[in-house]
Amino acid sequence: MRDVAIVSFATSGALPAVEDTETQMLFPVISEAIERSGIPRADIGFTCSGSADYLAGTPFAFVGNLEAVGAWPPISESHVDMDGAWALYEAWVRLQHGDVDVALAFSSGISSRSDLREVLCLQNDPYYLMPLWADHGSLAGLQARAAADAGLIPEADTTVATPPSSDGAAAVIMVAGDRAREVCERPAWIRGIEHRSDPHYLGVRDLTDVASARLAAEAAGVGDAPVEVAELSAAHPHEEVLLRRALGLGDEVEVHTGADPLMVSGLVHIGEAFRQINEHGRQRTVGHASSGACLQQNLVCVLEGDA
Amino acid sequence: MAERCAVVGIGQTHHKKVRDDVSLAGLLREAGQRALDDAELTWRDIDAVVIGTAPDSFEGVMMPELYLADALGAAGKPIMRVHTAGSVGGSTAIVATHLVQSGVRRRVLTIAFEKQSEGDTTWGLSGGRSGGVGAGGYFAPHIRAYIDRSHAPEHAGWMVAVKDRLNALKNPYAHLQVPDITLEKVRDSPMVWEPVRRLESCPASDGACALVLTDEAGGDAAPRPPAWVHGTAIRSELGQFPGRDPVNPQGGRDCAADVYAQAGITDPRRDIDVVEMYVPFSWYEPMWLENLGFAAEGDGWRLTEDGVTEMTGDLPVNCSGGVLSSNPIGASGMLRFAEAAMQVRGQAGEHQIDGATTALGHAYGGAAQFFAMWIVRSTKP
Repeated sequence: MRDVAIVSFATSGALPAVEDTETQMLFPVISEAIERSGIPRADIGFTCSGSADYLAGTPFAFVGNLEAVGAWPPISESHVDMDGAWALYEAWVRLQHGDVDVALAFSSGISSRSDLREVLCLQNDPYYLMPLWADHGSLAGLQARAAADAGLIPEADTTVATPPSSDGAAAVIMVAGDRAREVCERPAWIRGIEHRSDPHYLGVRDLTDVASARLAAEAAGVGDAPVEVAELSAAHPHEEVLLRRALGLGDEVEVHTGADPLMVSGLVHIGEAFRQINEHGRQRTVGHASSGACLQQNLVCVLEGDA
Repeated sequence: MAERCAVVGIGQTHHKKVRDDVSLAGLLREAGQRALDDAELTWRDIDAVVIGTAPDSFEGVMMPELYLADALGAAGKPIMRVHTAGSVGGSTAIVATHLVQSGVRRRVLTIAFEKQSEGDTTWGLSGGRSGGVGAGGYFAPHIRAYIDRSHAPEHAGWMVAVKDRLNALKNPYAHLQVPDITLEKVRDSPMVWEPVRRLESCPASDGACALVLTDEAGGDAAPRPPAWVHGTAIRSELGQFPGRDPVNPQGGRDCAADVYAQAGITDPRRDIDVVEMYVPFSWYEPMWLENLGFAAEGDGWRLTEDGVTEMTGDLPVNCSGGVLSSNPIGASGMLRFAEAAMQVRGQAGEHQIDGATTALGHAYGGAAQFFAMWIVRSTKP
């Protein structure tokens, strides 16, 4: 694999309820990430974004977000209706080809204008589960119960609070090869990035084990060397416990958690894992993203600084 | 580039107005199983799944990769979902191709789909907030501008409509089967969005398309001749700004130039044997013929009028019947890519162009602002 590093990251943070459009929210974030990298906008050879139409309540919501990138002259660009961490993954794959050296990944989500408990029900099987209106919070409760019954969490942690529904945006610049060191004093090299899915049906899953996160972590090589900091997309205390186990993170690993803003938090966690190396002098960190109810789908990114 | 990429399996559903005999998952499995059968592989052999579809609001399922993971054998595997408007079927195939070419995965299953009957596309297109003008209402002024600029005769559009529907009669998967179509019938069909008549418009279809892509070793071991990917390109441009030309968009021209350069194509009219392009309204055939460099600006309609784009012409376009005959929106772009690959594999049955070795698959979307293309050949790059 070609060496690829994150050299720049910017985020709006989790905002309570923006009045801007998604495009307006994105514009300063993308600009900041590009400016921090010091790389001319025209040098970006591939752009990929992540967002969800349903949060915006309109189809093709991502189309307007092109305005925040500045797609003229026309650019090589793609979009996943997934957390921005998967946009970063697609961009990392694209950088492996060798003909493109700089990529931009960004994502955005505005949850404050909808009722997430209602909207996220639409992720469920449309024929058998969706009509039950089993929202993510209720399903998380089932997983917390299973974790408590297995003795993994205290009984007190089985009460699942409604996750916050904040708004936000994030952007990351990646560079392949030696140029990463030229533009960034301490780049964070992507040493492993993998993602896996679990089945959708909770009935066929062992809710006390996040198998997809475990497989992704193994494939990404999380356990190949000590991890100093892990940034986890965990919305509830029991999710942190389950993810720590799945990723094989011992008590000595510093963990930061949070799962909002939706569609952005995974990219933010990877960005924060970069900052731990870039700004705080850490050597090896992990960024994690999750999607779906009860941590159905998971992405793990292992970052390392230069020794 | 680390790896060559081979198309070793192709599958599609029978496209229809309503596929109420299958669920969403069943629709994808139908296409996926056919592609796997073609490749003589099983769901277990697949390393990663990439799905693509147009807006979630068309079916009312948010981020459907979550629900579909079980049916697509993706438990314990990576699955991604691409969404780039109407070009999505093409972009999805390209994301899957890149997973192989990068050396990240060896065997990738990619499926694009739409089940329009489970929702209301025109409602979905307008965000449910208005009656909406539909895609035809949006593109009609662009088409009128093209006719005015090029002084094309009105019958050029009718000819495309007749040609593609007659081609569809040779494609057992095509949605529309209109054996008695004539220029007069197209001419006399109701005007829907001036200058687009009803029979010059695509249908609303349920359908899915699937490809199995492998690395070079997989291509060498394939039971049937693979199609080899010689180039992929995507371009996006802003949908509206002063000075933009939506009739002959820069993004489409740049995308074509990029994919031709990768495949070593210097004269597309001479070097490409067969084209599957995204023509949801008849006039887009002459418009894209120009945008893709097959004709000089203003001359695309002459190729149509002279029969060049018929199956008997020297540049057959949409032998499958194209989007005008089947339009499962999210899958329509991948169907173009798949049909191009079928041609160079000699697999297109009654709509096969004998001896086709180089084919172009083309898709576009949004406000004619997103483009995805690939060049496939019967020989290795």
